[in-house]
Amino acid sequence: MPPLPLHTAGPYVVAAYIVFVALILIYVAIMAGKLSRIERELGELTELAARMRARREEQDVL
Amino acid sequence: MSALGEERVAAGERVGAPALRRAPRMRAVVGALLRKELRVELRTFESVPAMSLFSVTTYVLFHFGLQQNSVAGPLASGVLWVTLLFAAVLGVNRLFVADAEQGGFDGFLLSPADRSALALAKALALFTYLVVLELVSVPAFALLLLGVSLWQAMPDLLAILALANLGVAAIGTLVGALAVRTRARDLLGPLLSLPLLVPVVIGAALCTTPLFRDPVGGMPLRWLLTLALYDLVFAVIAYALFDFLLED
Amino acid sequence: MYGTRLRGLALLTAGLLTLTLVGVFYWAPDDETDGFLQKIFYIHVPLALVTLCGFIAAGVMAIQHLRTGEARWDMRSYVAIHISLIFGVGVLITGSIWAKGAWGHWWVWSEPTLVAFLLVMLLYATYQPLRFAIEDPERQARAASVFAITAGVFVPVCFVIVRLSTAYLHPRTLDNISGNLPGRMQVVFYLSMVSIALLWVVLWRYEMASKHASAQLRALRRLLSGDDDELPPVRRSAAPDVTGVGGVR
Repeated sequence: MPPLPLHTAGPYVVAAYIVFVALILIYVAIMAGKLSRIERELGELTELAARMRARREEQDVL
Repeated sequence: MSALGEERVAAGERVGAPALRRAPRMRAVVGALLRKELRVELRTFESVPAMSLFSVTTYVLFHFGLQQNSVAGPLASGVLWVTLLFAAVLGVNRLFVADAEQGGFDGFLLSPADRSALALAKALALFTYLVVLELVSVPAFALLLLGVSLWQAMPDLLAILALANLGVAAIGTLVGALAVRTRARDLLGPLLSLPLLVPVVIGAALCTTPLFRDPVGGMPLRWLLTLALYDLVFAVIAYALFDFLLED
Repeated sequence: MYGTRLRGLALLTAGLLTLTLVGVFYWAPDDETDGFLQKIFYIHVPLALVTLCGFIAAGVMAIQHLRTGEARWDMRSYVAIHISLIFGVGVLITGSIWAKGAWGHWWVWSEPTLVAFLLVMLLYATYQPLRFAIEDPERQARAASVFAITAGVFVPVCFVIVRLSTAYLHPRTLDNISGNLPGRMQVVFYLSMVSIALLWVVLWRYEMASKHASAQLRALRRLLSGDDDELPPVRRSAAPDVTGVGGVR
């Protein structure tokens, strides 16, 4: 096939590069979700540890 | 253990039982395992009849699906090999199921035999099932769908079948062991084996196509060689990795 | 730790990728035979090569896992396959776009790279289902490693066979994908290769850091849960456990 003129080939090339960027950004979004979950769990566990310490201090006092 | 007992054990080790300490020879073990496999199959008829029946039904399906009374050339090659492939995958699924469900693995692991012997025995058993499958399926194909005479493809077709069987046996043993102790083993077996078997189909189909043409062409030797090399590579891989699948 | 030097690496990658894009669109000349459409090759081919190397690297990591029995090699292999799968999807889509532009169809069987890639992706798509189907973590890791090694060997073999069969069945001049590129195009191509390879490494380390952190959180949770049952349930995941802290999931 003879080379496509710019105005027909252009959209395809752009589409390919958009796909590339989109994939990277989708990945970043998924990782962001995981990061926020880690953040949340860390918060829960910190709370838990604080509670355990409080309980232990109560028992020491008793 | 009492002192006397220990003494006796030590004496036994020194004098009496070298045969107990030495692992049995590979050939003997493989032979014994293979005989067990074949005997079980003959008694229960789990795999081979189903595979054969499946292939014949598939030919009927192809007749209706392709709307052809007879096929030749690449179409014939394709129908034959795809059917054999799917029937073989059925057999792969069943290969380890009995062992997994009835503790055959544990029994084998407790024995002093070399673990690769099990791999070899299973592969040989699968090879045998495939041979029997083809003894039924290929004539059925010739009867139902093949537009040219089957004899014109002989004996080249036998070589192709043998090599293809080797590939399926090697990959089937590996994938069967991999899939058998998963939850969805009936799905994972085919899912894992089919991509790995595509090159076998590529090689076999490209070899068979000229054999089914009218007038008959020569089999492209380079594809036979490719098929053989593929078999070799994955036989080595299967042999090397099988051990890791048996441990528990 | 996987997060160290990640920021620097990521910035370097971003810089190189920008340079690549500038090179592709402002510096490299248009190809005589394929015209502007050829520019797709500057990401399609490096993506493909990096994906394949990623799969093979995962196989090597799996070999290490089987040899040493350490869970972290299994994790590395798992993440490598993950990242390569994502890149592989990119390869298939960009390849398909190119095929539409060059041949008018969204899929062509005469393009061996695409066909071989489809086959490889079909195989690796079974990796996650395989892992999820095995409960026992050690057996899961071992099965996954056996799979990764087998599949890693399959990748180059498959490429060779598909290429041979395509040449056999469609004997016309094949893609001029990686062959003789004149001067400037070659520079941009290699630049693109390096950038995308670095991108793979960056994403790999990124995901390793995230998984490692999750695993450490799980360990922390187990350590704290000795006498407390108010914990919310842990989500099941196919990711391997690298912390070595025992206990039931």
